[in-house]
Amino acid sequence: MEKFIENLPPMDLMRSEKMTLVQLIIPAESSHRAVSYLGELGLLQFRDLNADKSPFQRTFANQVKRCAEMSRKLRFIKDQISKANLLSSMRPVMQPDIELEELEIQLAEHEHELIEMNSNSEKLRQSYNELLEFKIVLQKAGDFLVSSGSHAVSERELDENVYSNNDYVETSSLIEQEMRPGRPDQSGLRFISGIICKSKALRFERMLFRATRGNMLFNQAPADEDIVDPVSRETVEKTVFVVFFSGEQARTKILKICEAFGANCYPVPEDITKQRQITREVSLRLSDLETTLDAGIRHRNKALTSIGMHLVKWMNMVRREKAVYDTLNMLNFDVTKKCLVGEGWCPIFAKAQIQAALQRATFDSSSQVGIIFHTMDAVESPPTYFRTNKFTNAFQEIVDAYGVAGYQEANPTVYTVITFPFLFAVMFGDWGHGICLLLGALVLLARESKLSTQKLGSFMEMLFGGRYVLLLMSLFSIYCGLIYNEFFSVPYHIFGGSAYKCRDTTCKDAYTVGLVKYQDAYPFGVDPSWRGSRSELPFLNSLKMKMSILLGVVQMNLGIILSYFNARFFSSSLDIRYQFVPQVIFLNSLFGYLSLLIIIKWCTGSQADLYHVMIYMFLSPTDNLGENQLFWGQRPLQIILLLLALIAVPWMLFPKPFILKRLHTERFQGRAYGILGTSEMDLDVEPDSARQHHEEFNFSEVFVHQMIHSIEFVLGAVSNTASYLRLWALSLAHSELSTVFYEKVLLLAWGYDNIVIRLVGLAVFAFATAFILLMMETLSAFLHALRLHWVEFQNKFYHGDGYKFRPFSFASLTEDED
Amino acid sequence: MYGFEALTFNVDGGYLEAIVRGHRAGLLTASDYNNLCQCENLDDIKMHLSATEYGPYLQNEPSPLHTTTIVEKCTLKLVDEYKHMLCQATEPLSTFLEYITYGHMIDNVVLIVTGTLHERDVHELLEKCHPLGMFDSIATLAVAQNMRELYRLVLVDTPLAPYFSECITSEDLDDMNIEIMRNTLYKAYLEDFYRFCQKLGGATAEIMSDLLSFEADRRAVNITINSIGTELTRDDRRKLYSNFGLLYPYGHEELAVCEDIDQVRGVMEKYPPYQSIFAKMSYGESQMLDKAFYEEEVKRLCLAFEQQFHYAVFFAYMRLREQEIRNLMWISECVAQNQKSRVHDSVVFIF
Repeated sequence: MEKFIENLPPMDLMRSEKMTLVQLIIPAESSHRAVSYLGELGLLQFRDLNADKSPFQRTFANQVKRCAEMSRKLRFIKDQISKANLLSSMRPVMQPDIELEELEIQLAEHEHELIEMNSNSEKLRQSYNELLEFKIVLQKAGDFLVSSGSHAVSERELDENVYSNNDYVETSSLIEQEMRPGRPDQSGLRFISGIICKSKALRFERMLFRATRGNMLFNQAPADEDIVDPVSRETVEKTVFVVFFSGEQARTKILKICEAFGANCYPVPEDITKQRQITREVSLRLSDLETTLDAGIRHRNKALTSIGMHLVKWMNMVRREKAVYDTLNMLNFDVTKKCLVGEGWCPIFAKAQIQAALQRATFDSSSQVGIIFHTMDAVESPPTYFRTNKFTNAFQEIVDAYGVAGYQEANPTVYTVITFPFLFAVMFGDWGHGICLLLGALVLLARESKLSTQKLGSFMEMLFGGRYVLLLMSLFSIYCGLIYNEFFSVPYHIFGGSAYKCRDTTCKDAYTVGLVKYQDAYPFGVDPSWRGSRSELPFLNSLKMKMSILLGVVQMNLGIILSYFNARFFSSSLDIRYQFVPQVIFLNSLFGYLSLLIIIKWCTGSQADLYHVMIYMFLSPTDNLGENQLFWGQRPLQIILLLLALIAVPWMLFPKPFILKRLHTERFQGRAYGILGTSEMDLDVEPDSARQHHEEFNFSEVFVHQMIHSIEFVLGAVSNTASYLRLWALSLAHSELSTVFYEKVLLLAWGYDNIVIRLVGLAVFAFATAFILLMMETLSAFLHALRLHWVEFQNKFYHGDGYKFRPFSFASLTEDED
Repeated sequence: MYGFEALTFNVDGGYLEAIVRGHRAGLLTASDYNNLCQCENLDDIKMHLSATEYGPYLQNEPSPLHTTTIVEKCTLKLVDEYKHMLCQATEPLSTFLEYITYGHMIDNVVLIVTGTLHERDVHELLEKCHPLGMFDSIATLAVAQNMRELYRLVLVDTPLAPYFSECITSEDLDDMNIEIMRNTLYKAYLEDFYRFCQKLGGATAEIMSDLLSFEADRRAVNITINSIGTELTRDDRRKLYSNFGLLYPYGHEELAVCEDIDQVRGVMEKYPPYQSIFAKMSYGESQMLDKAFYEEEVKRLCLAFEQQFHYAVFFAYMRLREQEIRNLMWISECVAQNQKSRVHDSVVFIF
């Protein structure tokens, strides 16, 4: 047996990769290159040797700051590009690698250029807006003035030359022109016209009313064109207003209010001819400005596109640089300040590759001194690293979600790959639904290469990540569905005819007396004739219930056997003798025996009541079994099993802690000076390395721990076995639900001879199938399968107290990291 | 209502209480302050803050940083959080949250009015206003010439309107008047807030009355100290004290007649909670009083988080954040002006 196990080929995923703690001593001049080569390789996890220093006290804080500044500029540029609705070109332009310093200068230039262009176009837009507003005010206010012109005695006069001799830029001073104090000698009705945001108009009017004590007339009309705000680039709805008032004081007040509300005032001449003339001029200048603005935008877009071509590459580069400096910050300077000392974990198989990368770095940076790379021994447990592929990754994730395996601990993923989808399928057995799932999984697989490159939503990402789980789940669902003979709850005669037939040709007593068996059993799965029969449920329930218990006992046994492999691997004979053996005995003498009874009952077709057998095995083991006897010698066997189970409990509870205590005292006997020695040893230990101290032995703690474990196992044996009955329950629920939807919705609707009712019935059936059976049921079966693995299976052997191997790798840098 | 908050509080307030407690966990700790105090320049401060909750707000700031930018962005974060909470809040919590901002509103009104009095540009003044105390027509304040106009034109629309009933005069605005107006408004505001909290009842009333009493007493002391040597009469001074708090009413009578700082001290030392504050200072000194009061306030605010199912945590959180922003401003100023020895003068550690 031992030999056989020794000679088994090593399983790939069973144990995590062997890791080793390594120390790197890198000359300062080649450090940057070395770290970036290591980042490309992505197989070394650096330990932070400066954990006590705050980020800005570290050696390369300045470089990190520079990188952050550059990525800020890049973000700004990206923002500008997306605001301008330009697509940053997807095809990366081939361009010789530029140095970081050069990039920094370039970026600063680009940013400066952009800011300048923005401010210019902002100014232009400002004046454009003013002109546009002026035009709108002229049009709208002109209407008011014409309508009220007969009454209003307006004294406003405008100097024509104001508008004729200056160029458009000066029109930004329109407001000031308007604010020239009116001629004081004039009294009577005056007006101010302007434009204001629509949302503020009401409050503006109220304020004006209050300030002038109602002595004013407020007219407004919505502007036809929306104005684009130059800063936020959002369109704003505006309203043109004309306020008529009298008196100088009211005028200052109104102007102040206008200013406070951000209303722009524009003068409108009373005279219609003048108005027309100004309108003409304004329109002329507007079109001028428009062309200038367009030219500006074209220029800007061109600049942005040319930057956009490199943007992705630059962002990548800056991200990598920043990662390199962050990593360098984790290294220590040695005493001479000429070398950087780093520590890290790497898998043993990667040592050669790392060494090669380091040599390349030394060579490329033409450093005089090579990089020293040597292994160290560590007390701290190494990280856990499984080399997964795209198929096993999702399953490993399922296990990791519970807890990352300890270093070199047996990995349940190996078995989960098959057992997880299988247990799912036991609950989701319907080959119709299975085919739907399969189609979904195949779609995901067919578009794998496309989907893996693009960014997905969180839900879709989850689905895509689990596509191989989904594939296996659907395949097993089809398999289990064939066994259950369910296709949207319709039975099919796929594997030949039913074994049962009616008693006579009329078949009228088929539902009262029953059918007779006339040929060999249906070759695969459940006979379709059970469908709709009175004994369908009792038959299927008994089948599924017993099957669940068999599956459960098998899986739990597998878990216990894995604990044996763990104990062997870590060569702890204590665990084998005082934990594994009694556990196997306890579980199998009770539930292993039950499984045996089930199998015997199935083989012999006996009528024995298994509940009765199991219950009276405890209550009165010596009683005669009577008609429930399944095989000869059952009673003595039961007594022996019961005794074994009773012995197993103290066996797993008491010996281990006492033996541990003895071992501990033995170790320290005759070593009375041991403790002094250790304090000296501590001095040799390098200050920042991973060495730790001896653990204290606390008997009561160990004992309580063992007690908890034993009690948990003993109680768990019962409750976990019962917990596997969820396989039956969920499967029952699934088949009943699909029966309801099929019979009560689809068949009912089909009974009518009305196309509308049939269509409605079909639609309801389709929706119920898709959302309730395919989505909700999948989810619930998934969760239950998850629980069975996490709790019932893994608690037999899995500690899950490790931590993941996170190598420094450029590949894992994502976009949203900065 | 008292004693049954646990039954019903979470129906409406549970989510927001969780939010505010989560925000509180993001307040800078003593080790953060220690690190910040070691910074060499403002970029270091930015770098350190980028590891805290302020990170997203500062990350897009171009590098030659100014103290004002840091403070502005940190305030922006507070305002964003406040607005989020206000959006989610239902009555009476939303009213409670609005009450918190009225103090800033009063300060803003006073700022604008004083500014216009001294012929400052309104837009420049608006930028200096605290964003929590902004209201729609705040820019129009510049139009008003006297209190009556101020009230009739602008403030009648704001929640401050009822507080104005005591200070409507037709007098022209001057510095003294404005200061009196500020204190009258504050008095009315605190009393109103106090009444509101009493109406809410339960733990909210209990804790808020403690916090507001402290606030009222502190204002009373400050008014007294600031009015020593001015033409403010005793009766006028007495009128500015809020009508609740530990000092009310007998302490107020005594404070009203104080002529110098040592007399104030004599009055305050009769009240055990304030004894420790004044015990820290030597005689005749009043500079450190502000810090001592702030420290005491922070202590009380932190205690508000010890109890559950009440609204005072929102008040406490806002105040603590404001204190934190004041700390950051002080540290940044000290770092920017190379006065690092003075960093600890005014920083109040929260945890």
